[in-house]
Amino acid sequence: MSVTDSIASIGRSAIATVTGLGRAGLMLWGAIAKVPNVAKGTPLLIKQLYVIGVQSMVIILVSGLFIGMVLALQGYNILVGFGTEDSLGPMVALSLLRELGPVVTALLFAGRAGSALTAEIGLMKSTEQLSSLEMMAIDPLRQIIAPRFWAGVISLPLLALMFTAIGIYGGHIVGVEWKGIDSGSFWSILQASVEWRQDIVNCLIKSVVFAIVVTWIALYRGYHVIPNPEGISRATTQTVVQSSLAVLALDFLLTAMMFGR
Amino acid sequence: MSHKPMNDASKPLVEVNNLGFSRGKHVIYEDVSLSIPRGKVTAIMGPSGIGKTTLLKLIGGQLVPDAGWVKVDGVNVHQCNRTELYALRKRMSMLFQSGALFTDMNVFDNVAFALREHSGLPEPIIKRIVLMKLEAVGLRGAAQMMPSELSGGMQRRAALARAIALEPELVLYDEPFAGQDPISMGVLVKLIRDLSDALNLTSVVVSHDVQEVLGIADYVYVLADKRVIAHGTPAELRLADNPKLKQFIGGEPDGPVPFHFPAQDYQKEMLGERD
Amino acid sequence: MLTRKIELLVGVFILSGLAAFLILVFNVANVDVKPGQSHYTLYAKFTNVGGLKVRSPVKVGGVVVGRVTRISLDPTELVAVVELAMDKQYDQFPETSSLSILTSGLLGEQFLGLTPGFVLDDIGMLADGDRIDDTHSALVLEDLIGQFLYSVQSKDN
Repeated sequence: MSVTDSIASIGRSAIATVTGLGRAGLMLWGAIAKVPNVAKGTPLLIKQLYVIGVQSMVIILVSGLFIGMVLALQGYNILVGFGTEDSLGPMVALSLLRELGPVVTALLFAGRAGSALTAEIGLMKSTEQLSSLEMMAIDPLRQIIAPRFWAGVISLPLLALMFTAIGIYGGHIVGVEWKGIDSGSFWSILQASVEWRQDIVNCLIKSVVFAIVVTWIALYRGYHVIPNPEGISRATTQTVVQSSLAVLALDFLLTAMMFGR
Repeated sequence: MSHKPMNDASKPLVEVNNLGFSRGKHVIYEDVSLSIPRGKVTAIMGPSGIGKTTLLKLIGGQLVPDAGWVKVDGVNVHQCNRTELYALRKRMSMLFQSGALFTDMNVFDNVAFALREHSGLPEPIIKRIVLMKLEAVGLRGAAQMMPSELSGGMQRRAALARAIALEPELVLYDEPFAGQDPISMGVLVKLIRDLSDALNLTSVVVSHDVQEVLGIADYVYVLADKRVIAHGTPAELRLADNPKLKQFIGGEPDGPVPFHFPAQDYQKEMLGERD
Repeated sequence: MLTRKIELLVGVFILSGLAAFLILVFNVANVDVKPGQSHYTLYAKFTNVGGLKVRSPVKVGGVVVGRVTRISLDPTELVAVVELAMDKQYDQFPETSSLSILTSGLLGEQFLGLTPGFVLDDIGMLADGDRIDDTHSALVLEDLIGQFLYSVQSKDN
């Protein structure tokens, strides 16, 4: 009895998981598969770029600056023990480009924009705004989901680039201005070790993948929310937790594929 | 599409036949049949929690029934493909219980929304239409306000203006009077009746506010126990001797219709105390 | 529906994203926009390149005059062939110049040090496609230690 029960519960949760994935896939497919209407879609996209991108800029820039500075300070204290403090530049730049830039930006984005997306769409659903669109013969997937998805996919890589650039600048402030590493050697060693294909392209690939995953989870959680206040608050939490975990797991996978050989 | 708009006034606009619907294990409807005549206000009444909103969503094609069919102007709503369904929905509109105004737009843009999406009219004409609709519900002065700045009754009136913006043939009202103070209730009752007459709309009002509904409806269906228990004109219903109906219309707490779902024992306890 | 302010801010957002990208590409990765245009190519053979990498700098007296663009193995001689992209503005190196693989600091990056040779009438300048014959391979720390131990041992004997 108890054995069959536990097997059945495994089966049940597996079915629920697959159903959820299927629904999420259908939602995304419905949102982005159709040819967008440029005239009507562009204003919606711009508005979402404002909400999702511009409004995340401050937190991203401030965090990027401080993370770059902290990284440089800690790195300096270690490197100076080996007399190789000149390598601070590549250390900061490569850490930011390869890992911290895409990952921390995606985590901050999940907390700032992802949760807001879930709450907004959840609220739209619970106040019947989505049903109301349906009844007006307007597809909510195209009207609501698609512009937010594209705005997320465009914004996050841009934010990750800003984060990385300002983080390297933060490293420069600490390393050169404060700790007195020679500015020329900081930049030249940094430039010698950062490679366009290996580092910058991979940084972009990572952040695009994270952008798709985080935005997708946020939209799905909002779209399939249980339409009451408790459901919305739970969905918001789930968005942050699930997208953070997904980002970290995917980061390992991508890192293994990019740098693991 | 296989249908043509038929202006045969004798033929009902909406036909619901042997409809069955359940949510999980919880059966909501068994064998419900209705016919909604053109150009009239038809009310669907019943106690809370029997799924009157569900019925509207079934008519609008947002939910799919387990059995039976729904035809709007001769078209089976649930056998349409997406394009046909959307074409059909352009001819109907729904006033949601919460109003469901788009919270990120002001009242004017809310009313203009469907026009901008579907009509393809130039902006100056849209502006005139919107102002006319807002004037009809008495909210022209609130055009630039955001929905959050309006009272509940005003939100519902704004939503009503939005619902009639595209001049639909069929308007579905979901609990239009719920939670309104007597003045806004009176305003809404008058609006629904006047709009219906002025635009020759077919209106379906779902409500449990007996007196208001009996005041404006041309024809009434009463739902209880997963089926239609009575139907007729308001005058006929007032005279009916069906005990369930009498209880409902008279608003008597005790009677054959179980108001509380589904805890039978608890209900008996409660009714027992009141005796 | 869209105010001008929102459009402006979105524009600023997109532009700062692109600016960050350009900074990363040109300032951090130091990608050259027009390769081959302002460069001439030299070749050099080394028995051991040590930790030399593509993009390692070529320096004369500490001034960067070029970069390593390719490191490969000569299939017949089995020695490393290093291809250098030299800056066009530094094209006055005599053919007698020598290249050595040096290390910045004890554990730092390795780079190529170019030592300009003497100039005589019958000696031309290095030009595109030329080969520098006088090369000094990288110092391998293990070899150095080995030699040191050997010399200590032989002294003991």
